[in-house]
Amino acid sequence: MGLTRRDFLYGIGGVTSSFVTRKAFGATKSFSPHENSVGVLHDITRCIGCRKCEDACHQVNHLPDPKLSFSDLSVLNTVRRTHSDVYTVVNRFEVNGQSVFVKKQCNHCLEPACASACFVKAFKKEITGPVIYKESLCVGCRYCMIACPFNIPAYEYHNPFSPKVTKCTLCSDRLNQGLLPGCVDICPKEALVFGTRQHLINIARQRIDEHPERYIDHIYGEHEMGGTSWLYISGVKFSDIGMREDLGTISAPALTAGPLSAVPIVVGLWPVLLTGMYAISKRKEKIAEAEKAEAVKKAQRIMQEQMETKIAEVKSKSEKEKEAAIQKAVKQAVAGAEKKFQSEKSEIEEAKS
Amino acid sequence: MEHIYYSLHDFMLHSKTITYLIMGVILILLPLYWRFLTGRDEKNRYY
Amino acid sequence: MTTHSESRSLLTPFNVVAGIIVMVGIVITGLRFFSGLSTVTNLDDNNPWGLWIGFDLLCGVALAAGGYVTSASCYIFGLKKYHSAVRPAILTAFLGYALVVFALHYDVGRPWRLPYPIFLSQGTTSLLFEVGLCVFMYLTVLLIEYSPAALEWLGYKKARNIIVRMTLALTILGVVLSTLHQSSLGALYIIAPSKLHPLWYSSYLPVFFFISSMFSGMSMVIFEGSLAHRYLHHKMDKTHLTESEGVVLGFAKAASFIMAGYVAIKVIGISADNNWHYLATPYGVWFLVELIGFVALPSFAYAIGVREKKIQLIRWTALWSVLGIVLNRLNISLIAFNWQLPTSERYFPSWMEIAISIFIVTIGVLVYRFVVNRMPILYEHPDYQEHHS
Repeated sequence: MGLTRRDFLYGIGGVTSSFVTRKAFGATKSFSPHENSVGVLHDITRCIGCRKCEDACHQVNHLPDPKLSFSDLSVLNTVRRTHSDVYTVVNRFEVNGQSVFVKKQCNHCLEPACASACFVKAFKKEITGPVIYKESLCVGCRYCMIACPFNIPAYEYHNPFSPKVTKCTLCSDRLNQGLLPGCVDICPKEALVFGTRQHLINIARQRIDEHPERYIDHIYGEHEMGGTSWLYISGVKFSDIGMREDLGTISAPALTAGPLSAVPIVVGLWPVLLTGMYAISKRKEKIAEAEKAEAVKKAQRIMQEQMETKIAEVKSKSEKEKEAAIQKAVKQAVAGAEKKFQSEKSEIEEAKS
Repeated sequence: MEHIYYSLHDFMLHSKTITYLIMGVILILLPLYWRFLTGRDEKNRYY
Repeated sequence: MTTHSESRSLLTPFNVVAGIIVMVGIVITGLRFFSGLSTVTNLDDNNPWGLWIGFDLLCGVALAAGGYVTSASCYIFGLKKYHSAVRPAILTAFLGYALVVFALHYDVGRPWRLPYPIFLSQGTTSLLFEVGLCVFMYLTVLLIEYSPAALEWLGYKKARNIIVRMTLALTILGVVLSTLHQSSLGALYIIAPSKLHPLWYSSYLPVFFFISSMFSGMSMVIFEGSLAHRYLHHKMDKTHLTESEGVVLGFAKAASFIMAGYVAIKVIGISADNNWHYLATPYGVWFLVELIGFVALPSFAYAIGVREKKIQLIRWTALWSVLGIVLNRLNISLIAFNWQLPTSERYFPSWMEIAISIFIVTIGVLVYRFVVNRMPILYEHPDYQEHHS
């Protein structure tokens, strides 16, 4: 049965120093949790729906008491989810005429979607296992709630001045004190087992192998969304008890890695492409302008040539005219003079006679 | 119901084949649409 | 205090309606900030994003894309005929983004922490971080791009000339930032394949959002232009009026062809994930209504408008396309999101959420009117006529 908490804490302390962080370049790298990272195995076949875990959760997290007491099992008539003042719920499902009880809380993903989605690093997956929320950073955008495939984080919509996202902490504080999570501690039927994740997988595998008639052959959380720290084994199909089996095995960071990797490429290439397009359009403009200028010049040249020939023509014409006029004037003058001479001559001759 | 695929390879072989055919159709349709769109424009030769 | 005759002239039907909306908006604003989100909204733990994200953020950003589209056409691709359209487009983009940021203050739980992701704790793995950073930077770029109009109005010639000289660099930066955050808004949903209907979920979501933002921006420029022509005709100079028909025809042609390409890649999106069988479901029919009824058909209507030079048809088609963008963004954020939840757990906005969205749009219209009536937006300032041909 599980690992004692002393073993666990000792293990963490001893190994942290030798824990080697690998550099993350992208989704093609593979990562696995620290070998002493803890989780809880929920054996659904053992749960009797007593709601003691819900009660304990409220106690250790100092949550307000609900309207109906935890011993009132009538709340099981409706399927519930986590809320801002409820970190865990037990639901009842009727499958093949039998009542099946399932506990629901944060699954503490190995690659948490909430942490991947958070734009202020308000969520962190601790090396020890829990996914922790830091209220002091939270802006309240609620993208974590969009991202969570299990619909776990809840929000204090009623709180105007300091609303928080709320969810199970895997009793991280209690773990640090060497205590078990509140729900695990109180469970009377050992439907919850605490231990390192690898050890829990081994237990689950062993139970399924030893009692194939009792369990279906599926450890929920071993691979779902990249794996979770909470693990589930069940006697009925998980999809019949409100747990989605179509989530796939790709983790949230792996899903976002594609679009995220396009961002720096756009930054690197767009300015180059756009400047190139600008240069091309500018060049075209210049060529067009040059062609226009050339055409104008040509037109001007032709016009000038025409003008020059015209001027030359006019000039030569006027010169000819001038000459003609001079000759005419000279002729006239000569003729006039001759006339005058003749008349004077005749006058003199007249006077003589 | 949909055909069930047992490997990513089989799935891709099917979906990519259809996608390539669609690409061919697109390459024919888009230029035709452009011709329709600019059919009434002033005649201009683009090389 | 205004004199009696002035106050009477202000009592137009438009002003009365706007005044009522603003007053209701202020009351709900008080409720939101002093009584909490639950008093005002229908948001719950399963539906953390409602109308204020689906409409105010997603549609607001997509419809403000006219800024980068128009300035890129004019300054990068050298299409000078769009010059008179740049200033109104930049102004509406700036107002649009400013209002998006304003609306975010209503939606997030602790708005006074909105600078945190940029200045205090950078969650770089989040696409929302990328969106936030880009929107913050782009809003700054738009403010600088818009500022010459204000500086001309105020008469700061030197500062105005310095900024005008940075036009090309600012335009390129604007296009880079727009590419990034327009596409990242779509990529926000990549993390939730289990919640968004497979017909809308695609690894191409960022591409779909970016491409649709282009024709969204163009349609919005045409649509705003037709409104401005109707109500602000007297504010337009000769250049603006003579160029406007060319802008309408040019953008209609571009939008029509981009929409055709968008339809093509949406079909490829279905094919890539082999989602054909979903088309025969009610969600499939709704998907086809969006894709054929609000993208393919408007694209065709634009084409007819361009061929026949029917400006009026193009203007109506612009409104049609804008509605198509709104429908697409609401489908992704609200209608096809959480599609697997039972009807009783689905979200529908409260009247107060709708009222705040209308309130914010109204503020935008009022500020636009204020600016356009005073600053050289629809005409060129006589002292700063450009010598472009």
